[in-house]
Amino acid sequence: MTIHRFVPNSAEKIKDNMLKSLGLTSVEDLFEDIPSSLRIKGGLKIPDAISEIELERKVESKLEKNFSPPEYLNFLGGGAWLHYTPSIVTEIISRNEFYTSYTPYQPEISQGMLQSLFEYQSQICELTGMEVANSSMYDWGTALGEAGRMAFRVTRKRKIVVSRGASPERIAILRTYCYPASIDVKEVDFDPKIGNTDYGSVHSVVDHDSAALYIENPNFLGIIEESVDELSQLCHERNALLIVGVNPSTLGLMRPPGEYGADIVVGDGQPLGLPLNYGGPLIGIFATKKDPVLLRQMPGRLIGQTVSKDNSKQGYTMVLQTREQHIRREQATSNICTNEALLALAVSVYLSSMGPEGMKKLGSLCLANSHYAQKLLSERGMECPYFSGSFFCDLTVKTRLNSQMLPAKLARHKILGGIPLGRFYPDLSNVSLFSFSEVHTPEDVQTLVDALSQIDERE
Amino acid sequence: MKKYHQASWNEPLLIEMSKSGRQAFSLPELKPEVLSAINEDRPENLIPEKMRRKTDLLLPEVSEPEIVRHYVRLSQMNFGIDLGMYPLGSCTMKYNPKVSERIAKNPKFSGLHPYQDEQTVQGILEILYELQSLLCEITGMSAFSLSPAAGAQGEFVGALIIRNFLNDCGYSSKKDEMLVPDSAHGTNPASAAMAGFKVVKIPSSEGGIVTAEAVKKVVSERTAGMMLTVPNTLGIFEREIGEVSCIVHDAGGLMYYDGANMNALLGRVKPGEMGFDIVHLNVHKTFATPHGGGGPGAGPVGVVDKLSEYLPVPVIVRKGGEGYGFDYNRPRSIGRIKSFYGNVGVLLRAYCYILSLGKDGLKTVSEQAVLASNYLLSKLDRRYYSLRYSIDQSRKHEFVVSASPLKRKTGVSAGDISKAILDSGNHSPTVYFPLIVDEALMIEPTETEPVEFLDQYATILNELAETANQSPESILKAPERTSISRLDEYRASHPGSLVLNWRYLLDGAKKKKDDDNKGKRNGSSNSRKHS
Ligand SMILES: Cc1ncc(COP(=O)(O)O)c(C=O)c1O
Repeated sequence: MTIHRFVPNSAEKIKDNMLKSLGLTSVEDLFEDIPSSLRIKGGLKIPDAISEIELERKVESKLEKNFSPPEYLNFLGGGAWLHYTPSIVTEIISRNEFYTSYTPYQPEISQGMLQSLFEYQSQICELTGMEVANSSMYDWGTALGEAGRMAFRVTRKRKIVVSRGASPERIAILRTYCYPASIDVKEVDFDPKIGNTDYGSVHSVVDHDSAALYIENPNFLGIIEESVDELSQLCHERNALLIVGVNPSTLGLMRPPGEYGADIVVGDGQPLGLPLNYGGPLIGIFATKKDPVLLRQMPGRLIGQTVSKDNSKQGYTMVLQTREQHIRREQATSNICTNEALLALAVSVYLSSMGPEGMKKLGSLCLANSHYAQKLLSERGMECPYFSGSFFCDLTVKTRLNSQMLPAKLARHKILGGIPLGRFYPDLSNVSLFSFSEVHTPEDVQTLVDALSQIDERE
Repeated sequence: MKKYHQASWNEPLLIEMSKSGRQAFSLPELKPEVLSAINEDRPENLIPEKMRRKTDLLLPEVSEPEIVRHYVRLSQMNFGIDLGMYPLGSCTMKYNPKVSERIAKNPKFSGLHPYQDEQTVQGILEILYELQSLLCEITGMSAFSLSPAAGAQGEFVGALIIRNFLNDCGYSSKKDEMLVPDSAHGTNPASAAMAGFKVVKIPSSEGGIVTAEAVKKVVSERTAGMMLTVPNTLGIFEREIGEVSCIVHDAGGLMYYDGANMNALLGRVKPGEMGFDIVHLNVHKTFATPHGGGGPGAGPVGVVDKLSEYLPVPVIVRKGGEGYGFDYNRPRSIGRIKSFYGNVGVLLRAYCYILSLGKDGLKTVSEQAVLASNYLLSKLDRRYYSLRYSIDQSRKHEFVVSASPLKRKTGVSAGDISKAILDSGNHSPTVYFPLIVDEALMIEPTETEPVEFLDQYATILNELAETANQSPESILKAPERTSISRLDEYRASHPGSLVLNWRYLLDGAKKKKDDDNKGKRNGSSNSRKHS
């Protein structure tokens, strides 16, 4: 066997001494209970070990083939958005005491992570206007899946109505979480001109058999939903829950869903300063009301404040664990165990550094840039915005060119974007979605506008 | 015992330090040319009036140095594998190579957007495609999906694959039972139930394994499959696995491998060879990615050829001359289970780890994980920590001892011992799991623990037992060297005293103030009456 730098006892002499102390001559003796018929013959067919230098060369030469900022401008959104990661976020989550720890099963030695998660839960409640937030789900999509199942457990009804304005990928995840529980997912069209959820069509679909209505705000098409009070009232008249999905970076300026009656809020913490990482890890937001029924059915881990047994000090610990798989097994509210705690810490650092003013300014910059792009593009004669509803950071643009052809052409201008909506909605084959944030300068926006109109004119 | 003392800062919440006007953000100013082009000085006015935030957003107003100090202090009140031994059984807390961290921070990875055109992300797709192939080779499966975010999600995916495959075979609801041993991790029954199965418990044998005989007793035409981890949570290899797989297969069921313990078998046995049809790997455990205080992880799922059509979408494929890309067109797929393509940041680290160790290195990992666990076990005082099940047999990467002899003699429980260990500057084992061992201490030292630490850990456990014998009170007081002593867990979860965020505190404080004021008012009106 080989000696390896991560494996201290692989040094021959040490290994031999350990074996001797066990009265063994070979490590193979420890595996004698494995029938020889099951053993791998001739070893794994994978490459031999390489040094750190070689590894770095090898992996980085592959990564070199990717197109990324700063060489390329990125205008992609749709569920993961490019935002600036403050240096303190990276610095703090790289502290070994945090990133090499695990679930705080021993709270006395894990107060740092526990308090950070408590602060995270608090900040998510403030942003969403909700009363209880858990300490993370895998991502927005799975948080929605869990919300759908929770709505069934709370209402015992098996129909979930979703606006087609919500992300198609997230709706797909919701379906996967729901079909094994025989929960039906019914989609309602968005208004083809405005791009918002059409109250009239929802009205006829959300009935007394519905467990919940799901809307996103702003929705996947970038449009701000305005009939929220009416939708909320409709749901509650029919004993259905209102589930709202959010991009939390908008909530410094947008009305929090808790204020229009949302029963569950889901979303992704990624736009709060987390790197894109090719779409993962992300961090699912899950928040609800301080209602004993909802709380009992909530998935995921919750951190609470308490005191030491001798009452001398405040401290933090995991609470209401009887909902969870390690105690409740097949009766648990979810199977989630490993979650996204480190990213919850990152989000908490981000929100602490932004504060209320920073969150407002962040929203203003996103709004200003998206509207600036809209202005310039429409001046160049493009159909922009394609939808007439109010928008926040995501902008729809119609081009003469099929939107699936657009990204490759824009890449030649060193631009990444936009999302071809035809991928998800066949009627929107010429519509693309572009996203704007605080990282974009006015020149960046002009570069995009120039490239887009050049490409469009050539058609 | 080495002297250890964790920092104890009495650190307030950031919101309690908040001072109006302080800020730690730095964002560009809104540009006049932009504002004039959009004809709006206050961009928030672009949001329809009724959808604007009207209430103040309560977030801390603090400066950058305060934030850094706050979190560095909090970090000093936390414990990770980079500080000391962390033998949390089943969780595989091993050293996380730093080179993987550096590579994962490369902007050519961290800056990639999941909706970039495939042609612009060929590098990362190539890596992920290669990782799929490596995982296939390591597990003996023929196709892998990298989507699942963690082990538990992999289990859910696996259970759905079983469900849909059996449906397509025409069994429909007749096959609705999932066999799960009583020693299984809680996620197994929870995932099976989420996928719509009834969970049928298989009792472990005297020897601590699932025997063919026990399976025969519960298997029936309703059996859809079985979920099993090998070695099991007792650290014992499932000797009868070959026969068990045959029985389940003969009943038309499928075998699911919970790969949480794959680190014991790397390079020695492939789950596919043991008869498993579906495998998840806990990448964060087996392939050494940091656990981040609870996550992120990754739980890729591999399947045998006949199940490959059922994997979640999208699957990464090689598209001939066009390089690598995604395949979404899979009509039999169980569907999508995760946004985008999984926890790629974690997967990239795993790829780096596998390449670093290579073929022989992976086998060294299983060898050394098993050696470390047996070595540590051999050093424990069995008068206090007894072994259950197959006593004469070696363990694999972890073992479970029962502290019940200790408890009988001294009144000190496994839970108490777990608290006292913390005072040594090491983390405690997993306690009270698996459920089939009373007073369980589940210990997984991993291959990255130097023998000196193994010796020290054994000494600590043995000395604590002696101390328990002589002065149990001192153990019941532990921990005393951590940032806080034992917590009031009852109060923490009691509905009357539950505090889930700072609002509870602020509202509580406000209520108290209101009550006090009311009291004062009442008091003053009373006194007026008297005067
Ligand atoms: C045996 C076993 N199975 C499954 C899991 C679940 O894995 P995860 O936490 O990655 O969801 C774990 C770990 O927590 C485990 O130890």
